[in-house]
Amino acid sequence: MSAIAFPAPDPSILARRGEIIQGLSGLVAPEALIVAEDERRPYETDALTAYRRLPLAVVLPSTTQEVAAVLRFCGEQGVPVVPRGAGTSLAGGAIPQEDAVVIGVSKMNRILEIDYANRVAKVQAGVTNLAVTGEVSAEGFFYAPDPSSQLACSIGGNIGMNSGGAHCLKYGVTTNNVLGVTLVMLDGSIVEIGGAALDAPGLDLLGLIVGSEGQLGIVTEATVRILRAAEGARPVLFGFPTSEQAGEAVAAIIGAGIIPVAMEFMDKPAIEICEAFAKAGYPMDVEALLIIEVEGSDAEMDAQLARIVAIAREHGVKTVKESKSAMEAAAIWKGRKSAFGATGRIADYICMDGTIPTGQLPHVLRRMDEIVKGYGLRVANVFHAGDGNLHPLILYNCNDPVEAQKAEDAGMDILKLCVEVGGCLTGEHGVGIEKRDLMTFQFNAEDLAQQMRVRAVFDRNWLLNPAKVFPLEGRVAA
Amino acid sequence: MTLHIPTTEPQACAIVKSLIDGATPLSIMGGNTRTGLGRPTQTQSTLSSAGLTGITLYEPAEMVIGARAGTSLALVQQTLAERGQMLPFEPMDHRDLLGTEGEPTIGAVAAGNISGPRRINAGAARDSLIGIRMVNGRGELVKSGGRVMKNVTGLDLVKLVAGSFGTLGFLTEVTFRVLPVPERIVTLVWRGLSDEAAVSLLSAALGSPFEPFAAAHLPEGIGADQARTLLRLENFSDSVVYRSHELADLLRVHGAPEMLEGDASQDLWRDVRDARFFAGTDEAVWRLSLAPTAGPRAVAAIAERLPGARWFYDWGGGLVWLAVPAGVDAAAATIRSAMQPHGGHATLVRAPATIRATVAVFQPLAEPLMRVTADIKKSFDPVGLFEPGRMYAGI
Repeated sequence: MSAIAFPAPDPSILARRGEIIQGLSGLVAPEALIVAEDERRPYETDALTAYRRLPLAVVLPSTTQEVAAVLRFCGEQGVPVVPRGAGTSLAGGAIPQEDAVVIGVSKMNRILEIDYANRVAKVQAGVTNLAVTGEVSAEGFFYAPDPSSQLACSIGGNIGMNSGGAHCLKYGVTTNNVLGVTLVMLDGSIVEIGGAALDAPGLDLLGLIVGSEGQLGIVTEATVRILRAAEGARPVLFGFPTSEQAGEAVAAIIGAGIIPVAMEFMDKPAIEICEAFAKAGYPMDVEALLIIEVEGSDAEMDAQLARIVAIAREHGVKTVKESKSAMEAAAIWKGRKSAFGATGRIADYICMDGTIPTGQLPHVLRRMDEIVKGYGLRVANVFHAGDGNLHPLILYNCNDPVEAQKAEDAGMDILKLCVEVGGCLTGEHGVGIEKRDLMTFQFNAEDLAQQMRVRAVFDRNWLLNPAKVFPLEGRVAA
Repeated sequence: MTLHIPTTEPQACAIVKSLIDGATPLSIMGGNTRTGLGRPTQTQSTLSSAGLTGITLYEPAEMVIGARAGTSLALVQQTLAERGQMLPFEPMDHRDLLGTEGEPTIGAVAAGNISGPRRINAGAARDSLIGIRMVNGRGELVKSGGRVMKNVTGLDLVKLVAGSFGTLGFLTEVTFRVLPVPERIVTLVWRGLSDEAAVSLLSAALGSPFEPFAAAHLPEGIGADQARTLLRLENFSDSVVYRSHELADLLRVHGAPEMLEGDASQDLWRDVRDARFFAGTDEAVWRLSLAPTAGPRAVAAIAERLPGARWFYDWGGGLVWLAVPAGVDAAAATIRSAMQPHGGHATLVRAPATIRATVAVFQPLAEPLMRVTADIKKSFDPVGLFEPGRMYAGI
């Protein structure tokens, strides 16, 4: 697959490779600079493995000051920089280019401070998402955004992509759960934006940084909100004869004033794939499955579930299955959260991430099926039903270039469909390289130019993660 | 003084374009109830959103509402209430505090990131604002975000514009995520606590599984002789009852709370939300934003230097409303230096224009961020048309 173009490497930078490495070696400890080809290899791609480029060098700093020194040097030398967290981006957000230095924050993996009274944690950017919750769970707290990759993905990467997860229906995405960052700018300035307070003075620069895909600077530390977990949580399986009925049930639950913590949808192909992998006890005789999680005390969960079950029955639910133990609950979530990995066991796949107005669900499900079948391929659907964030997994064989191209084309058609019905290209994975060339479907030239002018405030010369987010043609520098 | 009242987006674009050559500075006006926020601006023209009204989208099942910027907040709230929904962030009404009249608009709620007590649980206006349409300083219509709540496509200009007080452009339409109105709302009140004890109570409650939606402390003399510490619970009725009992038990060391419901509860929170305890006086009013447990310490440092200061806490202690004698500078330097060891920042919300023209209304930023702020302003508004100097002098 080679449909997505990368900028041609700058020959003058490639020619200066030795000099650039020499310069970098004066800025960080020897073990923090990776130059040998086989050691650079692990950094050539991320979770969008169809694309790879070997970077010029990789730097793994241990301190904010080292990041600043390396960034300043690259800025002065005109060398592109690709920031990297854990390299789990599904959108190719961390894929480097041949003339770029990768700055990875994986060594900056310490939790610096936990403040329960103020309900915040200060962590370095390389800390994994799940490690934050792991650190505070003994006190009953958690960090709310929970992307499926949370075991591996980093807080820095989550901030770059404004990551979401299954539970953001109630708790919001990264931008709603970060209060401050330490940002290193391209000229090496280190700035503190926000902190432990619920708002910061001036323009909302924090809101701008979150989701900026490493194009405005490198975040090295973050102050995140930690929340006290509910007394209990219980995921329940609801199997429906049709996707339409499942979709109507979701709308009716919200209409009744109930916002469950999570409402996840799986269609039949996804149910089969996930059940085969996780043995979670998903019903196999239904066309659509909702995992709805409620939380609170036992009595509160019983009461809320009774309301939800009553609504589901009005919409023809066929199977209702409550988790009876923590183990069953974990299995239910394991099935859902391993949907991508489990799919990867049976076929190669590309995972889309468009969001649609939930009212368009039946139409979009039907159209997606037609689109994918039109290319002679199969699709499995898992998505966050409460907020319309779809994850169609298009199955294909990556050793067949024709089929690979078809899969990519089908994905692009699906994203265009999402935009057509009033939604967007990406709900939580980010644009990266994957959706870069579709940006003109969602935004017109003036919208994009305004974004690029703001981007230019931080990086006039397109050095920070330059191949991403904005189409390569028509770029605005100021 | 010229008043422009466009009734369409193309008209608004044309008006802005016509002012570029003369670099004619422009005030932006919604309902004119918050004009006193920020530094006073010197402008010859005003661009009003009064001609851009009406709900453009409301899908209760999708929990989303869109409206043209000049639509009254009251209409938006009434439309939502008819379907049992509400804006999640309980926007403050500034009319009592600032002594203004008129109808607050939904556009100004977005432009000022106007939030209220519920912010601590449900986020600020910026967290619920999911889409904007605006005219930038080039006279171009720019949109960001959209109508779906999960959207990470491109730079998040929505957040940047929320709270920019009109300095980046003229909003024409805004879209918010909404939530269902809870079945039951109850306020628990403890009496007679010191500031320190109260914030410790609020922290314990907010760190409990019982999920308060609002948490405030009114020291003695603020609306009553005795100090009152408030927690608000919102949920299905059975849950509210259960959680009230659990919280009372958890916090029993502070005494037994009384329970308020209905108008008594609603009126009290309106007083907190709108800082009505400071309405109608000639004091300068500040808003301090800090880590909740730092609140009482910062206040003690300020009170020591400014006898006669009055204050109360919202957001679990993390938002302090402070009233001080206005004097010549609203005690800006004293307040900011007293706060310094405790972190956070101070915003001057109410003071005579002469004072707001001379002291930093918004906390000054570190140099690189001040430059970034100035450059972002230029990136939207290259000749400096919109609200010049409203947030920071020269920007």
